Amino acid sequence: MLSFIQDHWSDILSRAVEHAWLAGLPLVIGLLISLPLGWLARRASWLRVILVGGSSLLYTIPSLALFVLMPLIVKTNIVDPINVIIAMTIYTLALLVRTVADALGAVSEETTQAAIAMGYTPIRRFFGVELPLAVPVISAGLRVAAVSNVAIVSVAALLGIRQLGFYLTDGYQTTYWAEVWTGVVACLVLALIFDLVIQLITRLLTPWQKAAVS
Amino acid sequence: MLTSVWRWLTDGGHWQGETGITHRLLEHLQYSGESLLIAALIALPIGALIGHTGKGKWIIAVANAFRAIPSLGLLFVVAMWFVSRLTGDSAYLVPTIIVLVILAIPPLLAGAYSGVSEVDPAARDAAYGMGMSGRQVLANVEVPCALPLIFSGVRSAALQIIATATIAAAISVGGLGRYLIDGLANSDYAQMAGGAILVTALALLVDGVLAVIQQLTVPGGLRTTSVSRRKQRAAAAAVESAHAA
Repeated sequence: MLSFIQDHWSDILSRAVEHAWLAGLPLVIGLLISLPLGWLARRASWLRVILVGGSSLLYTIPSLALFVLMPLIVKTNIVDPINVIIAMTIYTLALLVRTVADALGAVSEETTQAAIAMGYTPIRRFFGVELPLAVPVISAGLRVAAVSNVAIVSVAALLGIRQLGFYLTDGYQTTYWAEVWTGVVACLVLALIFDLVIQLITRLLTPWQKAAVS
Repeated sequence: MLTSVWRWLTDGGHWQGETGITHRLLEHLQYSGESLLIAALIALPIGALIGHTGKGKWIIAVANAFRAIPSLGLLFVVAMWFVSRLTGDSAYLVPTIIVLVILAIPPLLAGAYSGVSEVDPAARDAAYGMGMSGRQVLANVEVPCALPLIFSGVRSAALQIIATATIAAAISVGGLGRYLIDGLANSDYAQMAGGAILVTALALLVDGVLAVIQQLTVPGGLRTTSVSRRKQRAAAAAVESAHAA
């Protein structure tokens, strides 16, 4: 396996970058969309049923099927990486809308009341109080989504979309163990990097947590 | 494009015979059902026991780490190992079932563990106070109270299995995934999309049926307050969000 990695180092790196885009960009888009949706889901219970129920319904669609169905919905070609980006955004949303709604719901009533008493407008309260306090829970959901995204993106190799999953399909077809293991390990390393980056950002965004521990 | 997919799905000839939709659907359900049953027999008792005793939580952590392994990679590794050791159809069927079982275990374990460990301590203490033995408490109090979360794990596991059974067509087993893989090989998009619609419908249907069963398993005593329901929902969300497809 080491000699395979040495021989294909630049190819592995370029595929890893593409894999990171396909898994990471949907993570960012999904997070940005899930914040307002999660906030809306807290407003009324019927909105929660529609938003959380609807998004978790999307999560039940098997990944390969969702990739294949994309051209029907957005009129793309079956080998277009955009299909994977959109499909992964849908999965990210499915996980995060519920997480964001639960995280915002977990902010204590006293804290919200105090903010209102201090004269915070609803928008300032959301960005200044509720969202920062919800960061740890949202981050936990984001970590799950990140690891899951990295794993699911590799399935797109079956459709011939460039990323790390190629080593899995190619290695299997040629019964080349070193190549398959390279694919598995590369996916795991990428998932680990995503996880560490999210943890690091979370720590930077929530300095009070460290203070509480020490 | 939609009309050709519709034509593929509604062509009676595509529903009959060894490669027909009916046969492929039954194959898909068979692999999935067998794997879910095996995984449940392994994971549910272990998860419940860990929740009951509070010992061996590392098993849950190890199982959760397994979720990071790409299912496609796991499938190919197991298939390559078996292909030189088994002959005939079982050379592909056995590795498929093994992989499906491995992937179904983490959500089942997590569901059973968190279900049992999150049982209201007051209910557990009351049962001990009534003179029940540890085993009786587990069987008569903890497991019934844990059923909603156990079923939440079963739903996650079932979806994981149905999705991966689709991918398993890449190692030459039957099931609905064949249409996606064969359609791709023959550049027949109508067949691919038709297969994708069938797999999606199957996943939604199975999840819907399990959701109804899940509702029915909530013990009468737990159905009353909206507070406990909200707590259960939050716990169920934690289990479901820990599930990686």
